[in-house]
Amino acid sequence: MKRRDFIRNSVGFGVLSSAALSMGNFDRLMAEETDALQLPYDMVAIKGGEAAEMFEKGIASLGGMKQFVKPNQTVVVKPNIGWDSAPERAANTNPLLVAAIVESCKRAGAKAVYVFDNTCAEGVRCYKMSGIEDAVKKAGGTMVSGRTEGYYQEVSLPNAKRLKTARVHELIIKSDVFINVPVLKNHGGSTLSVAMKNMMGVVWDREFWHSNDLHQCIADFTTYRKPDLNVIDAYRVMKRNGPRGVSVADVATMKYQIIGKDIVAIDTAAAKVFGIDPKQVKHIALAEQLGSGTTNIDGLKVNRISMGA
Amino acid sequence: MKQKHLKIFRVVFSLLLLLGITSLFVDFRELIPTAWADRLLFLQFVPSVIQFITVPAVLSAGFIIILVLTALFGRVYCSFICPLGIFQDIVSWISKKAKVIKRYKFRKALNYLRYPVLALVVISLLFGSMFVLNLLDPYSSFGRIFSDIVRPGIIAANNGLASLFEKFDMYFLYRLNLDLVTWKTVFIPAVLVIAVVVLAFYYGRLYCNAICPVGTVLGFLSRFSVFRIRMDKATCTKCGKCAFACKSTCINIKTQEVDNSRCVACYNCIDVCPENSIKYMTGKGSAKAAFKPVAVTTDDSKREFIGKTLVYAVALTGLSEKVFSAETEDRPAGKIKNPKKYPVTPPGSVSIRHFTDRCTACHLCISVCPTKTLQPSFLEYGFTGMSQPHMDYGIEYCNFECTKCGEVCPTGAILPITVEEKKLEQLGKVNFVKTKCIVYTDNTSCGSCSEHCPTQAVKMVPYKDDLTIPETDTDICIGCGACEFACPVKPHTAIFVDGNTVHQVAKAPKVEELKQESSDDFLF
Ligand code: SF4
Ligand code: SF4
Ligand code: SF4
Repeated sequence: MKRRDFIRNSVGFGVLSSAALSMGNFDRLMAEETDALQLPYDMVAIKGGEAAEMFEKGIASLGGMKQFVKPNQTVVVKPNIGWDSAPERAANTNPLLVAAIVESCKRAGAKAVYVFDNTCAEGVRCYKMSGIEDAVKKAGGTMVSGRTEGYYQEVSLPNAKRLKTARVHELIIKSDVFINVPVLKNHGGSTLSVAMKNMMGVVWDREFWHSNDLHQCIADFTTYRKPDLNVIDAYRVMKRNGPRGVSVADVATMKYQIIGKDIVAIDTAAAKVFGIDPKQVKHIALAEQLGSGTTNIDGLKVNRISMGA
Repeated sequence: MKQKHLKIFRVVFSLLLLLGITSLFVDFRELIPTAWADRLLFLQFVPSVIQFITVPAVLSAGFIIILVLTALFGRVYCSFICPLGIFQDIVSWISKKAKVIKRYKFRKALNYLRYPVLALVVISLLFGSMFVLNLLDPYSSFGRIFSDIVRPGIIAANNGLASLFEKFDMYFLYRLNLDLVTWKTVFIPAVLVIAVVVLAFYYGRLYCNAICPVGTVLGFLSRFSVFRIRMDKATCTKCGKCAFACKSTCINIKTQEVDNSRCVACYNCIDVCPENSIKYMTGKGSAKAAFKPVAVTTDDSKREFIGKTLVYAVALTGLSEKVFSAETEDRPAGKIKNPKKYPVTPPGSVSIRHFTDRCTACHLCISVCPTKTLQPSFLEYGFTGMSQPHMDYGIEYCNFECTKCGEVCPTGAILPITVEEKKLEQLGKVNFVKTKCIVYTDNTSCGSCSEHCPTQAVKMVPYKDDLTIPETDTDICIGCGACEFACPVKPHTAIFVDGNTVHQVAKAPKVEELKQESSDDFLF
């Protein structure tokens, strides 16, 4: 704890350069702590319930949120809040799920739960129209601006192929626990948008990704800080015209959710749920090559929970 | 109300109004409903005249009220309603408190300045250009000063405070991106604010009586107003206190005359007169005094002032330009200019002509635009359209659900529209330059444009191997600029919007039903 406090303070006061941070002991520190974690399953798939209930069931089967969040820790939850459209349009993560996660972190004793996204449309409107701002506030979390350049600090990714540096939101750098909550949807540029693609919302200079082999950059970013937990929202799924969608006609109601630590495995599973071959989503294989996880989900312990009709 | 109370009434009223108008321009958290703009700006003279010409209605008839008020009480507009006037009063007040101006002295009217300036405005309007009017309209000048200079300052202060609170993990004051400030956006308001502040600091309401075209017009009328500030020659002891207090320097103690063409109805004189000899009286007697031609005098301090202004203006052009740094390395394709023919005007502005003929460049729309897509133009509309806002897709794109600029525009240059209308108003058309697109030049996927397009007027279609490349449909494009903003080929993007000279109605995107398949197993 001492060391982390030190790091947090140095980030806060900008004494240490953030680049040194990311290469230094911070990542290892995270790895140590989370690798030691023994989970009963590698992945949980839940279907047929309401978003919040599915999450409660799923996280309980992993041993509860206390496996991931220790008392007095800070948590950053990163949903997809990219667009200023209503929950029915499924361009953003289901607000009910985000609220359930925030509450569950609070119950596990989290000191603070921050929620942000570097939105694609104007930030204030996205936070409002997605329903996420309201839901998070009610659940006791804190919304933080994600579309403000000042929050982003440069980090370096020595193990990446193309994306050698990125400017990352300070909450991702300094929070104890990072929970990634993407919505599963079609994506014109990256084929599919799930957990890895959602990470584009924690960086400022994502234009670089688009102009430097998007799939490789998405995969590269997994060599930076991997989420401690990924929760994929597939309650409503945008099947086409993604990531923004044109109308509710683009959306299928699937009532599905996947929870897991391995970002590559969880994206592989999500691709199958979406109905496409994971090989078509190039960044999945590229991330496996970088050692960020496995696409061999048949070799994993998966808990499948069905919640009735 | 006793006339002695008039001054306090004026001070309270004007400060409240100024507070309201100022908050419209600096409200960076979108706290003020746009409907307030109509109410607060209803009486602004120039915007109201222009709006009345466009949409003659009770709601745009504010200037008629002003004319009636002026005919009754003189230039009350200048002291009660004009934000630039009230702002100057604050500056002169400070100057008095700081004992820089101890007392004002009567001056002759600078007719050789104010009439030619008014003539210039009229001539340029006759030639179909708003340029001179826009430079000098006091409301719009005030707007530009607050929108382009004060507002970024306030945001910077907010950010400083916010970072402080964040150290203690409090995020209620979040940081915001600073409004874009470049010498191109600040030089006109900066020259103006320096001129106005210096003049007000040393010479009271000289700006209003020498330059302001609204002041000149209303001054003309107020010579004949029913009630005028006059001196009661019988009771006046010529103590001179009123003249010392008159920031319009229009009280001539020797002749015991008030030049009502310059009196801004501030009532400072009424307040100080120990004999109660100067006050509103009905306008009998002659108003001739003001008509007397005045000898041209140049005094040195004025020359010095002009010199200083020039120095400031030159210094300003040296202000560093904060360019939105393209964080990608330069791509050769980004250097090739696009054949953009027309600037893009905001939704609701009907056509470039409609817009440029009515906009006084007050920058209220720029202030309220939540995305900052609206920016002051430089030469986009030509020299005479300088400062009128345009849609700058290099900075942002127009929000699909937003109609704020039309809701606040006081002149009718941008007319209010509904969100439904907005979603089909085509401001311009998309153009795709395949040879500059990253998919073509680098053989990698991108799709940033299509990702941002709200209508899918730009869609990714199969290209080669697994790659997809943009394809555009100008029928459903609304010209919002999302694609241009998002395109990583910088600065001259591979996809861009060329403005429609006349806005059109786009076709609604086709909606096909999705077949909902359901399955019982877990799919993996
Ligand atoms: S409609 Fe567009 S240009 Fe007008 S205020 Fe909204 S985002 Fe800005
Ligand atoms: S268009 Fe904007 S700048 Fe022009 S008059 Fe209207 S609000 Fe003012
Ligand atoms: S093609 Fe571009 S300008 Fe046209 S609607 Fe789509 S994003 Fe907007």
